[in-house]
Amino acid sequence: MMRKPTNWLLTVLIALGSLLILFPLYMTISIALKNSEEMAASIFALPTGLHFENFTRAIEATNFFNAFKNSAMVTAISVVVILLTNSLVAYAIARNMNMKFFKGLYFYFISAMFIPFQIIMLPVVKVTTDLHMNNVAGLIILYIVYGLAFNVFVYVGYIRSIPYELEEAANVDGASVWGTYWKIIFPLLAPINATIGILSCLSSWNDFMLPLILLGDQNSYTLPLVQYVFQGQFGTDFNLAFASYLLALSPMVVVYLFAQKWIINGITQGAIK
Amino acid sequence: MAKRRTAFYLMTIPALLLFFAFHTYPALQGIFYSFTNWDGFSSSYDFVGFKNFVNIFQDDNVINSYMFTFKYSIVVTIFINILSLMIALGLNSKIKFKNFFRGVYFLPNILSVLIVGFIFNYLFSNVFTVWGAKLGSEFLSQNILGNANWAWVGIVIVAVWQGIAFNTILYLAGLQTIPQDLYEASSLDGASRWREFWSITFPLLAPSFTINMVLAMKGALMVFDQVVALTGGGPGRSTQSIALLIYTGGFQGGEFAYQSANAVIYFIVIVVISVLQLKFLQKREMDL
Repeated sequence: MMRKPTNWLLTVLIALGSLLILFPLYMTISIALKNSEEMAASIFALPTGLHFENFTRAIEATNFFNAFKNSAMVTAISVVVILLTNSLVAYAIARNMNMKFFKGLYFYFISAMFIPFQIIMLPVVKVTTDLHMNNVAGLIILYIVYGLAFNVFVYVGYIRSIPYELEEAANVDGASVWGTYWKIIFPLLAPINATIGILSCLSSWNDFMLPLILLGDQNSYTLPLVQYVFQGQFGTDFNLAFASYLLALSPMVVVYLFAQKWIINGITQGAIK
Repeated sequence: MAKRRTAFYLMTIPALLLFFAFHTYPALQGIFYSFTNWDGFSSSYDFVGFKNFVNIFQDDNVINSYMFTFKYSIVVTIFINILSLMIALGLNSKIKFKNFFRGVYFLPNILSVLIVGFIFNYLFSNVFTVWGAKLGSEFLSQNILGNANWAWVGIVIVAVWQGIAFNTILYLAGLQTIPQDLYEASSLDGASRWREFWSITFPLLAPSFTINMVLAMKGALMVFDQVVALTGGGPGRSTQSIALLIYTGGFQGGEFAYQSANAVIYFIVIVVISVLQLKFLQKREMDL
């Protein structure tokens, strides 16, 4: 293996490119910390005083903690249940692909990946309203059920690469199918569970459309939906608006700062599989 | 043995029923209503046959939304793929602070599309205009989102800014599967960097290229959040995407049945484009 010297030209180019990524985030943080006089002086300059009152105003105006609670609950519950149930469904399918029913089920689920949400969007509001599911619980159920299409595809691919011998040994010892799944298969799924968990977490935390069409009661709004609803009321008070945006973005950014390597590796893992 | 089989059925049947109830059934309902004149709230409706479908092909708003969505999707797909491939190549080479930069470039992927849209909305109206004025360009000192001819470019910029994150990671994953000794052999043969890219890297990236093209295109065809946050479909209807048109017409415009028909056509369009893309790109993978 030859050790190549550091390519400084590329390092500089990559650094310049990353400034394009960071600039809007710098603007967000700096506007959220300024007041209107500082804004008038210069939009670009660093804030001279730290106006944390923007955040307290934003928390009050948008009832931030309530929306945060809703988003956190929807995300946490849907991710946990997705990991437990979608992998179970995929396990049953992966181990019975020789049977028509399970093979059919596999193609039934994955073909749903091609169906744009818009064709379901209008009727699903009717269905969920009739069932009194136009609330946080309904949102969670829909994330879990809709996750099946993509997750079954990924899980089945992974489970089929796990040698069958492990389970056969357990069967001989008289373990039930459920026991085999829980004690042998589920622990082996850890790498792919990480991938599915991260992707589901990001998509339900940041989703805007499903909460928009489903949630009726303002107390059940999630963070992105709250930003949308308050957009009109923020008006030209950009400091308030940006403090609110920053508050809404920050929980995921904080998670990312700590788990960055793990998150990127998890997604890379899923991509190679 | 029978007990084992029962267990496997018990594992899948609840999922099958729920998926049917909340995915397949609404989809079938959507298709059903597309042949009626239901407005979404009246107690009765009539069957109108293919009338909705015939009208859709003559509706300027619909045609306009398809034109915008296609134009937008093609440009976004091309730019996302070129830029994320370039960034992935950079991140995969011998540079300093590799992990830090990888973290920065992936950051936009974890942010809410809607909120990013709101942030850029402000940048377009209050920041980029200042730069434009400094450059002395009359065109650049106007808010691009307020210009019916150019607002779509603003949405493209935001979608590309955020979209390159995910595709860069996929390309990077693909690059890491290429065996290093291929490069060593080619450098012994004295191949140029350019030659190396086109004869080794790009052909071996074919699977990543396929998946990235399909994912970027599919995501772009469904554009909704960005449009809501940046232009609301305007000015006029110049940036009204198909998804936005179905949403506003179906929920607020009393066009439940009519937009259901639009959604059926949209579904067919997405399936045809995805299948064509896969066929074409996989054939290309085989040929290489």
